[in-house]
Amino acid sequence: MIEAEEAVARAHREEWARVVAAVARRFGSLDIAEEAAAEAFAAAVARWPADGVPPNPGAWLTTTAHHKAIDWIRRENKRDDKQKKAQMSYDDDSPEPIDAIEDERLRLIFTCCHPALSMEARVALTLRMVGGLTVPEIARAFLVQETTMGQRISRAKAKIRLARIPYRTPSAEELPGRISGVLAVLFLVFNEGYLSTGPDRDPIRPGLTAEAIRLVRLIRTLMPEDGEVAGLLALMLLTEARRTARVSGSGELVPLAEQDRGAWNAALLAEGHRLVRERRASGEAPGRYQILAAINAVHTSARDVRDTDWAQVVALYDRLVRLDPSPVVALNRAIAVAELEGPAVGLAAVDRLEDHLSGYHAYHATRAELLRRLDANREARAAYDRAIELAGNVAETAYLRRRRDQLE
Amino acid sequence: MKYLISVIDDGTGRATPTEEADIDAFNDRLRAGGHWVFAGGLGSPEPATVVDNRRGKAVITDGPFLESKEYLAGLWIVEAPDLDVALELAAAGSKACHRKIEVRPFLGAA
Repeated sequence: MIEAEEAVARAHREEWARVVAAVARRFGSLDIAEEAAAEAFAAAVARWPADGVPPNPGAWLTTTAHHKAIDWIRRENKRDDKQKKAQMSYDDDSPEPIDAIEDERLRLIFTCCHPALSMEARVALTLRMVGGLTVPEIARAFLVQETTMGQRISRAKAKIRLARIPYRTPSAEELPGRISGVLAVLFLVFNEGYLSTGPDRDPIRPGLTAEAIRLVRLIRTLMPEDGEVAGLLALMLLTEARRTARVSGSGELVPLAEQDRGAWNAALLAEGHRLVRERRASGEAPGRYQILAAINAVHTSARDVRDTDWAQVVALYDRLVRLDPSPVVALNRAIAVAELEGPAVGLAAVDRLEDHLSGYHAYHATRAELLRRLDANREARAAYDRAIELAGNVAETAYLRRRRDQLE
Repeated sequence: MKYLISVIDDGTGRATPTEEADIDAFNDRLRAGGHWVFAGGLGSPEPATVVDNRRGKAVITDGPFLESKEYLAGLWIVEAPDLDVALELAAAGSKACHRKIEVRPFLGAA
C-alpha cells in the first residue's frame, strides 16, 4: 500500500511533465493533455495499490493518458463536432535546438512561457502543466481565489488555442531570447517563494522555491550546455542554502552579515559552488544569472562578513552593471562599495539613485543603514520610516522596525 | 490561419514618404512569402459616420464610435501558419510603418 502511494508520488514528481507533453504533442491540445494526465494519475492511485506498481510507471501513465485522451475526445465530439477546430498547431519540422536532445518537455516549457502570454499567465501555466501543481495549490501559493487562478489558466490555454501559439521549440536564432524568458518565469516563482510580498503572507514559502529549483534542474537536464541555466540553478541553490538562517525564531529577517553561517545548508552550497566553478572554467562570457551566482558564491565562501572579498564583489557588480545598467543593480553595487571604501562613499553612490528608486524600500533601508554608520541618527530614522512604509514582506518590516527603534 | 494586424496611431498623422517606401517593401515581402491577403491605410477617424440599423430604421450619427487618443490607422490581413510567424511579420510591419501594432487571430479560420 505505502509502496504504491510512494510510487505514485514519485511518478508525479518525475513523470507528470513528460505525460502532459506526450499527450499535448499527439493530440495538439493542452486542455486534453491536462485532463488526460490528471485522469491517468487518478487511475494510478486507484489501481497500483491492488495491481502492483507497473515495471515502467512512466510508460504505463503515458499509455493510460493516451487512452483517457481518446475517451475525452469521443465524449467531446459527441457534444461538439467542432472539437477539431480547437486543436493547437504544432510543427514537426521545427529546427533542433543547438546541442540539445529533443525532448517533448521542452516544447511544453517553451509554449507555457511564450512571450505572447502575460507573465502571470506564464507562471501559472508553467506550474500547472510542467510542475504538475494543482489549481488550488497554485492559487494558495499566490494567495488568489481558486476560481481566479482557474480562469487565469483557462484564459492562457484559450489564447494558445485561438491565437495559435505553436507547440514547438524555438529555432536556434530565437533560442537565447526564449530561454531567458523561461528563466525569468522560474526566477519570479523562486523570488515569490523566497521573499514574498504582502502583509498577510508567510515571509518565506519553501514550496515555491523548491518547485522553481526542481524546474530549473529539469531544464538543465534538457539543456546541459546552457550557461545561464546553470547560472540560475547555482544562484537559486546558493540562496536556498541560506533560507533557514534568514528568518529568526521571532519571524524577523536576518541580514547576511548577522546570519548563523553554521546553519547554512552545506550540500546546497557545495553544489552551487561547483556550478559556479564550472561556469568560470568554461571561459565563456557570463550572463546575468551567472554573475549573480558568482556574487553569491563570494558571500557564501567567507567565514564572516569581514572576511568577505568585497573587492571581488564590486568587480562582479561592475560586470553586471555593463549587462544590466538598472538602478537596482547600481544600488546593490553601492552596498558593496560601502563595505570596500566606507559608508560615506557608499552613501554618495546610493544618493545618486534617488530619482529612480525613491519608491523602493531597499533604497531607503540601505540609506538608513549607511546613515546610521555615519552617526546621522535623525536622518537614519527618517529613512527607516520610509523603508517600513514601503516594505511588503512581514519579516523585513519587523527587522526594520527593530533597527529603527534601537536608534538613540 | 488569418491574422488581423492593426496599426495603432496616436496622432502622428499620415505616413511620411520614407515610411511609405518601407511599407511598400514590407508589402512586397508579404506577397513574396505567400502571406498577403489584404492591406489598407485609413484616414483620420474624425469624418467617420456610425450607422445603426438594428431596429429597422437606420440611425446615422456623426463621428467615430470610439473616442480615444489612439485609433486604427490602417490594417493588414495576413496568412500565417501560427502566432510566431504572425508576430515576426508584425514586428517587421511595425518597423516599416513606424507605429505600434496589434495582432489578432480571425475566428475559427483554420
